[in-house]
Amino acid sequence: MKLAIREMTAKQVAKKVMNKEELFILDVRTEDAFQDWKIESASFDYLNIPYFDLLDGVEEILDQLPEDKDILVVCAKGGSSQMVGEMLEEEGLTNIYSFGGGMKAWSEHLEPIKVNDLNNGGELYQFVRIGKGCLSYMVVSDGEAAVIDATRMTDVYADFAKELGVDIKHVFDTHLHADHISGGRQLAELTGGTYWLPPKDATEVTFEYAKLEDGENVTVGNTTIDINALYSPGHTIGSTSFVVDNQYLMTGDILFIDSIGRPDLAGEAEDWVMDLRETLYTRYQELSDELIVLPAHFMIMDELNEDGTVAEKLGVLFNQNHGLNIEDQDEFRKMVTENLPPQPNAYEEIRETNMGKINPDDEKQREMEVGPNRCAVR
Amino acid sequence: MNVSKVLDAKGLACPMPIVKTKKAIKDVESGEVLEIHATDQGAKSDLTAWAKSGGHELLQHEEDNGVFKFWIQKG
Repeated sequence: MKLAIREMTAKQVAKKVMNKEELFILDVRTEDAFQDWKIESASFDYLNIPYFDLLDGVEEILDQLPEDKDILVVCAKGGSSQMVGEMLEEEGLTNIYSFGGGMKAWSEHLEPIKVNDLNNGGELYQFVRIGKGCLSYMVVSDGEAAVIDATRMTDVYADFAKELGVDIKHVFDTHLHADHISGGRQLAELTGGTYWLPPKDATEVTFEYAKLEDGENVTVGNTTIDINALYSPGHTIGSTSFVVDNQYLMTGDILFIDSIGRPDLAGEAEDWVMDLRETLYTRYQELSDELIVLPAHFMIMDELNEDGTVAEKLGVLFNQNHGLNIEDQDEFRKMVTENLPPQPNAYEEIRETNMGKINPDDEKQREMEVGPNRCAVR
Repeated sequence: MNVSKVLDAKGLACPMPIVKTKKAIKDVESGEVLEIHATDQGAKSDLTAWAKSGGHELLQHEEDNGVFKFWIQKG
């Protein structure tokens, strides 16, 4: 009996992305799936050959594979990459790994990174969902925690809080998400915390929630890390930003590092253009340039800092983010309503799931979340 | 539709539905139809792409109670 092929986990590959290590990706999914979404890194090389074209043998691709670096075979769930990997090993290659769990695992992997200490002994963590470009947060202070824009992998936050010895008391969503399934409600149920949602995004939800409104102030821990809600419509009508500990501006899907939020995912682009403009060009302008922006997404790996976090000063973004530097209103309107990128996969079903209208099973939820987030316009 | 052969690939994970389909299509003649049942969520996009690359035609597909059904005409 031959030995099973070696695997690389999503966590190991995430480290290679963040450390800009070299890797050769042999992606055996269909051409469409590969073009749509892949493991992104400037230091990786790629070859895409669907596994069904390799069933009769891998001899024909051997001369396209490097000998001097590791080769990671990638598929949707890990079954086909294992098969192709074993075929390559039978040809005598020794630098082959199969990507355990495939793109499904890549989509679900969360990397918690400490952003910084807060005043009065608090801590702030960013959870980087590297495969899908989603960012969520945990604010910790004095035995208590708040989670912002939780993904459906709720165990990760619950376990992390347990390790830190803190109780999750509050769970926030900055808006009704369209690109991924929120874990907010489930996490609140799991931990006994309060689930906060902006009421203007929640007119059709089927569950109870706490109304998150402009000026609402929530305290985490006895030593008061304040979370101030700042109404900032544009991506959705209810979109709300948070100022945490007077230092961090959580912008949700309104402002990203190298792009801005798109106003069309709830079907009302024309109506919300001016809300988006008002939020970015008036409301945010009134805030301190020193605030550190922490968005709910990144789109490209260049938006990651050296330490893997996604964060930048608001003042820097006012200078460098193209979406904040369009003087002409008509030009702005055109940019955010015309020639938009494709919408996120299954975005209408995802919105309905987040409203509680439909309850797809886990397998279906995974399938709905395939692909990148696509929440921005650049 | 005149089906020449039915392949049951229910409960099988990727890559097995395609591996079995590839074998089964050898048993039908060009122009005949192979019917496939699968439960793997990825089966639809993979079978569509596989049929195209192999010169076969995916005539029809439907979902019935969690089972995906495909009708492929051999090229």
